[in-house]
Amino acid sequence: MSERRRIQIDVPALTRVEGEGALHLVIEQERIERLQLSIFEPPRYFEKFLEGREYHEVPDIVARICGICPVAYQMSAVQALEQAFGLTVSPWVERMRRLFYCGEWLQSHALHIHLLALPDFLGYDSVIGMAADHPDVVQRGLRLQALGNDLIRLFGGRSVHPVGACVGGFHRAPPVEQVRALHLRLAAACAEAAELTRWCATLTVPQQQQAFISVALHHAREYPLHRGTLVSSSGLSIAAQQWEQHFSEQHAPHSTALWALLEGQPYLVGPLARLNLNYDQLPAPILHNLHSTGIVFPSGNMFHSLLARAVEIELALHEALQITAAYELPQASRLEVRPRAGIGYGMTEAPRGLLWHRYETDRDGRILSARIVPPTSQNQARIEEDLHRSLQQFGLAHPDDAIRRHCEQVIRNYDPCISCATHFLRLQLERRP
Amino acid sequence: MKALSSDRPRIAVHKFSSCDGCQLAFLNLGEELLQLSQRVEIRHFLEAGLDHPDDPVDIAFVEGSLSTAEEYERIHRIRASCTLLISIGACATAGGLQALRNLDNAHDEWRDAIYASPEFIHTLKQAQPISSAVRVDFELWGCPINSRQLLGAINALLFGVPPFDERDKLCLECKRQQLVCVMVTQQKPCLGPVTRTGCGALCPSFGRDCYGCYGPADNPNTHSLSQRFAGFGLLPDAIAHRFLLINSGAGEFQRAGLLARSSQDPAAAPLTPEEPEHE
Repeated sequence: MSERRRIQIDVPALTRVEGEGALHLVIEQERIERLQLSIFEPPRYFEKFLEGREYHEVPDIVARICGICPVAYQMSAVQALEQAFGLTVSPWVERMRRLFYCGEWLQSHALHIHLLALPDFLGYDSVIGMAADHPDVVQRGLRLQALGNDLIRLFGGRSVHPVGACVGGFHRAPPVEQVRALHLRLAAACAEAAELTRWCATLTVPQQQQAFISVALHHAREYPLHRGTLVSSSGLSIAAQQWEQHFSEQHAPHSTALWALLEGQPYLVGPLARLNLNYDQLPAPILHNLHSTGIVFPSGNMFHSLLARAVEIELALHEALQITAAYELPQASRLEVRPRAGIGYGMTEAPRGLLWHRYETDRDGRILSARIVPPTSQNQARIEEDLHRSLQQFGLAHPDDAIRRHCEQVIRNYDPCISCATHFLRLQLERRP
Repeated sequence: MKALSSDRPRIAVHKFSSCDGCQLAFLNLGEELLQLSQRVEIRHFLEAGLDHPDDPVDIAFVEGSLSTAEEYERIHRIRASCTLLISIGACATAGGLQALRNLDNAHDEWRDAIYASPEFIHTLKQAQPISSAVRVDFELWGCPINSRQLLGAINALLFGVPPFDERDKLCLECKRQQLVCVMVTQQKPCLGPVTRTGCGALCPSFGRDCYGCYGPADNPNTHSLSQRFAGFGLLPDAIAHRFLLINSGAGEFQRAGLLARSSQDPAAAPLTPEEPEHE
């Protein structure tokens, strides 16, 4: 390109994410001068609506933060409120929460892989174009997505903003015959999920290794979904109530989402971070299937996030199969709640990463204050850091369109849930001589 | 209602301030999404990867409420480039949960409490439904809407007739399903007697009280229902919370909620409830 070349591109760029944002990129003399991921999420002030509400209204309110991961919001919230009230739920409720959550991982990961991410890898704009040429791949993905949605429906009536979860347990125990019917469908899907993992491993991805801190829950006896200790690849190991001592949130001028940092550093949450920290918690058949692909975890390649999602689909099916096989009706689907004044913390693994909640209640169980830290604001600093490094490795001399597509693919690795309301994602690329 | 221009109408799906959940009524269709894409041409749908926001279309589906100046500009462009505009979900149709901030006029205070640098935030004080800015040809209520409602509306339009507007009360659906009434048997403050049907009576089927996510039904008798709730021992504040949740911007719910709130503290009711959105 000529030395005087100065280009500015302004195109609606990031499709296939939940919500919208913007990327501003200035390249000068083949160097990145400025790179900003902006989230124009018009704030909806959930933490403020919650104040003065009664504890039992919380699960229905926080679900509305995200249509794609309402179960995660409900599960972090009910556990935080139970901690505030000093309530320990029954083993049946614990198992059913895990099962409910498996449904969300299944539907969200299948949706992300097939509708949002795969078109990048196979060279299409959308799943609709891709389906014409790869019908079997797309149909397999849609079947897994539907199965996840049906699993959520079992407990919540609908997969978006389900109505079944409450502080103390569930409003209703699913009938045995419905669980049996779903068990058979889960069993039938396991082979397809294993195939999906092997197939995802064959996709050509950029070979880019980066050093970053992974942060995820860890549990001694299981792969983490709804409970565990918070650990990091830098040696952190803490309970939910210690989060505020190690993590801080900042507010950048170009974004309406708050940025979280761990001891001042960017960090990664989500499927790749979870798998990096917990791959030895995978059940033997899934670990064996993963080994057969030849791809080794922990991985420093963010493009392995897609594969990590496929592995977690297998995991969710495996767990759901075990829990549904041993399903029995409980004596009570929920424990009686006795509210009290207190502070409670809850953290669970939303499909796209750690979701942390804190509530303070008065003696009648009314919310005095609420704080919610979603996964995407935790990943935001890491995404910018990744874009910097990944673009340098990719090469800045590529045409603008190739640079834009590369940036989009990097951002999609994080499955950002900008959701909760956003605007355009535009790429503004300026090249200065 | 205007007729569609072709056998394979062009559609667009637009998003404003929302949780993305109503767009999932499309993305959760499974194989039917692929069949739908044969019957209609999807021109714009960012989350699905289709990015032609200004293309003229026969039907624009709009999710989310209006809460920035830019969003007002954008909805006018969308209105100008579509034949029919359909609002999908509680946010687009009545402002959604985030419209709670309209009631207390507390936007600035809330913003300053959450953000370290509130000067970077450019939202308007109120979150408003789409019909506050442009003509809406048809409304799909619900938080979230479901795929059945969506396909019902599209199918009707493909046949050249207006979509059926379900305004019955949830109680009718509940009775059809032969569910045990949670209000009569358990004294739960169920909003079923005043809420639009459409969800399939989900909450009563789970043994809990409806919380009104489909908005007000035709001729809702909120006054009697509020009295009944008071009879169950609910304090005015708790009655207000029932009405002022997902659809606090819908006229009938807003009036009932503010009335309950004012009976607790007469000084707290200087607000003039808005008229219901146009039909």
